Amino acid sequence: MKGIAFVWQLVEVALAIALAPLLTGWIAQCRSWLQNRSAPPLTQPYRMLRKLFHKEAVVADHASPLFRAAPYVLFGAMVLAAAIVPTIVTDLPFARAADAIALIGLFATARVCQALAAMDIGTAFGSMGARREMMIGFLAEPAILMVFFNAFLLFGTTALPGVVDHYASHPSVIDPSVIFAAIGFVMVLLAENARIPIDNPATHLELTMIHEAMVLEYSGRHLALIEWASSLKLFNYTCIGIALFLPWGIAIHGTSFGYVLFALAALIAKLAVCGAALALIESLSAKLRLFRAPEFLALAFLFAVLGLLVHLLMGANTSA
Amino acid sequence: MHSYSWVQSALATAAANRLATVSLLAAFWLLLAAAGMMRPHNIRYVARILFPLGALGALAMFCAAGSFLLSGSAPETMTLAVGLPDLPFHLRLDALSAFFLLVLGMAGAGISTFAAGYFRSGEGTAPGLLGLHYHVFLASMAVVMLADDAYLFMVAWEAMALSSYFLVTSQHRIAEIRQAGFLYLLMAHMGAVCILLSFGIMQGGGWEFTFAAMRGAALTPLRATMAFALALAGFGAKAGVVPAHVWLPEAHPAAPSPVSAMMSGLMLKTAIYGLLRVTFDLLHVRFWQWGLAALALGLFSGLFGAIFATVQTDMKRLLAYSSIENIGLILTAVGLAVLFAASHLPLFAALALAAALIHVLNHSLFKSILFLTTGSVLHATRQRSLGKLGGLIRYMPWVALFALVGTLAIAGLPPLNGFVSEWLLLQAFLFTPQLPHTFVNMLVPLGAAVLALTVALAAYVMVKFYGIVFLGRPREASLDQAHHSNWLERAGLAWLAAGCIAIGVQPQLALRAAGAVTGMLVGQTVAGSPSVWRIAPIAPEQASYSGWIFLSMILCVVAITFLAVRLLVHGRVRRAPPWDCGYRWQDARMQDTAEGFGQPIRLLFGAFFWMQVHLPSPADEQPRYRVHIEDRIRRALYRPVSAMVQRAADAVSFLQSGRLALYLLFSFLTLLVLLVFAL
Repeated sequence: MKGIAFVWQLVEVALAIALAPLLTGWIAQCRSWLQNRSAPPLTQPYRMLRKLFHKEAVVADHASPLFRAAPYVLFGAMVLAAAIVPTIVTDLPFARAADAIALIGLFATARVCQALAAMDIGTAFGSMGARREMMIGFLAEPAILMVFFNAFLLFGTTALPGVVDHYASHPSVIDPSVIFAAIGFVMVLLAENARIPIDNPATHLELTMIHEAMVLEYSGRHLALIEWASSLKLFNYTCIGIALFLPWGIAIHGTSFGYVLFALAALIAKLAVCGAALALIESLSAKLRLFRAPEFLALAFLFAVLGLLVHLLMGANTSA
Repeated sequence: MHSYSWVQSALATAAANRLATVSLLAAFWLLLAAAGMMRPHNIRYVARILFPLGALGALAMFCAAGSFLLSGSAPETMTLAVGLPDLPFHLRLDALSAFFLLVLGMAGAGISTFAAGYFRSGEGTAPGLLGLHYHVFLASMAVVMLADDAYLFMVAWEAMALSSYFLVTSQHRIAEIRQAGFLYLLMAHMGAVCILLSFGIMQGGGWEFTFAAMRGAALTPLRATMAFALALAGFGAKAGVVPAHVWLPEAHPAAPSPVSAMMSGLMLKTAIYGLLRVTFDLLHVRFWQWGLAALALGLFSGLFGAIFATVQTDMKRLLAYSSIENIGLILTAVGLAVLFAASHLPLFAALALAAALIHVLNHSLFKSILFLTTGSVLHATRQRSLGKLGGLIRYMPWVALFALVGTLAIAGLPPLNGFVSEWLLLQAFLFTPQLPHTFVNMLVPLGAAVLALTVALAAYVMVKFYGIVFLGRPREASLDQAHHSNWLERAGLAWLAAGCIAIGVQPQLALRAAGAVTGMLVGQTVAGSPSVWRIAPIAPEQASYSGWIFLSMILCVVAITFLAVRLLVHGRVRRAPPWDCGYRWQDARMQDTAEGFGQPIRLLFGAFFWMQVHLPSPADEQPRYRVHIEDRIRRALYRPVSAMVQRAADAVSFLQSGRLALYLLFSFLTLLVLLVFAL
């Protein structure tokens, strides 16, 4: 029993690592269609990773070991997050290592590592990117925390597998606060993953870039790991959203092969829909000026707080 | 063989009577203090013999307090034969004092080891005198935690304030440092007066000043609330809670770095100890409104400290503001514990209290690391201003490594220790909707958001601190002369860093130690851990956290990825000049300055600051950009009061004529007035 759980854990992590670039590719494809451009193939991110891995890594003369270690740590943190978020099964041995709040901490670790590495070379762009990334980070954290607060009030747990299990035992729970929390969550997802309207992953326009400014000095395999970690981060965030708001289909009744196969199909379908929705949101909105980002994230925070108040005022279904 | 059995029996006696052991350790520190005066100018004697002995004493203190906590022994009391006639000193060792002694021993061992390598002769006060103040400071902190009557408490409290004042002003030839010392002494005494008054109310008319009597005193609700308010004000002034925070950013930079570490890491915690002792032990938490007051003050202090830390340009001032932030977090947790305890939710109160206690321990470790590294940087570069540092990771790799541990820990990142206490506190916040008071149960959960904002801002501050001091390129040409720290400094830092990592991955031990205290104060202990690998304070299915899995998983993935990349692809690296979008003429001055890194915060939280921006005009020959930032609270609250005191003093200054006859006349008149009153 225990051994099987570890096997599924490994399968889930491997699946996340393998599927993450596909999600990124899918979003890029949808965006191209929506903008009437001819789309790159779905496998474009894999090709890019392959190319980058085989290129020579050019490192600045005075880079410290911290600069070279950061991509590995970043990748490690994202793989750990993938091990914690339930995607196809909920009986995950590593998921007990962290509840949703500890996951925020894990993402923060990754963010700080990346910001420090960006400052290591001492270029103008590096420190600017680090400063902006940390700013978005501290604005997003209260909002995402309030989203998880909502989840705790509804489900009595902040452990993501527990949330999914709770949905299964109370299939008809549609609380209005969930909708507010979901809107807040999507806004945080956009900000945290360097998407429009906060950041544009497709440009190197110096005045607006955040994420790209931090990784300018990276090349070769280091850049490949960072890009892969970014894809994994988007994948993880989407899967957290799925676990919180659309968990139907995740195998909870046991880990027999049939259930898991069904869960996998459901996951891919949900990711396809979510990816297309993200592409739609990105195509419909314009990039915000940097100092409008606080307003955007304050709005996300307010949505989450509204959810909380709605729940408390209605005083219903308090399972906490 | 004979000597071995002697050691064994001594250890057995020490284990049986821990109060005597820790009192003797405090006395040992006093002895070291006196020993320093024998050869006050011999730096080798003071630094290489006395300070390491002090560190050993601290280590013994750590072991004694730790074994007391983990064995769950009953409180031990002792009455000393010294003191005033009919007013002997009472000592008591219980779980609360043992926990703070453990903190004192653990951080004190690291700081004393570092100090042994840090102090040089010819820097201000003579080494022997420095050793005297330093060890009196350590001993008085220990006695504060052992005191079981208000009299001994206040004696130790004042000894602590005075010895630290002399340490702060050890570079007393600099006028600014004398001024900072004066401000510190003033605030310390304002606080002490409040604490004294609070004890005065708590004796309840029996004029019996032992804590045992105060526990039993029957107080009216109004008197109890007054006692709490005075204690909050008095201990808050010592801890640096806003609005009594003004002395921290002045005094901490003025002191030598090991002293800053000791003040920030340990002395501020004595105030937290006092607050816990008074609120939970002596006053038995009566009203939930007390908790609300402490919670509001704590959240505001935390946010205020974090915001101000982001805009600092002096590395020690930055850390001082970060201490205000951390004290704010601790006070928030204490407030939440009071709120829960007074609302008869003891389990959640225990959770919040455990968060407060573990954060006390954590902060004493990582803040000490950071202040000590600023000391190493200061010695290596002679620079304190962030604008003149940079790139030190290449010249001082060991210090940079330890500072990185401290930085990540204080930023509240898993798997280090800072995260554990913040996680526990957020878990406690999750239960605030269950408070039985309408509106309170809706408003308090929003405190969690303020807390998250504060913690995330702390990460911003620490990226700024570490990035500007250790990363990037040297902002001054002289920095490549920066030399290494010596081995004693590294040993002290390594001990503290090991503590940060150990508590981070194995928080169960800290939780058990805190559990002994929560059991004593609120009668509940949070559930320990479902397995040795993880902690789950309330219920395993509700939330759990495992530092072990975090650390080992990340390390495993890093190792596997590293090997896989090496084996499957290649490991070639080419060194080249930095790219920076192809701009060739970049230099170190194009990096973010300390001011630049704080700029987004100045824009977002403009309301907190009083700012003066001086922009150069296009015609300036030598253009200068200057921003002057001041604290609004200091301007609005302290300036008028100090101006008023100055005016009052000026108004009566005619009395100070310098003529003896006139002074005698004043004495005579005073006597007459008193006689009139007496009759």
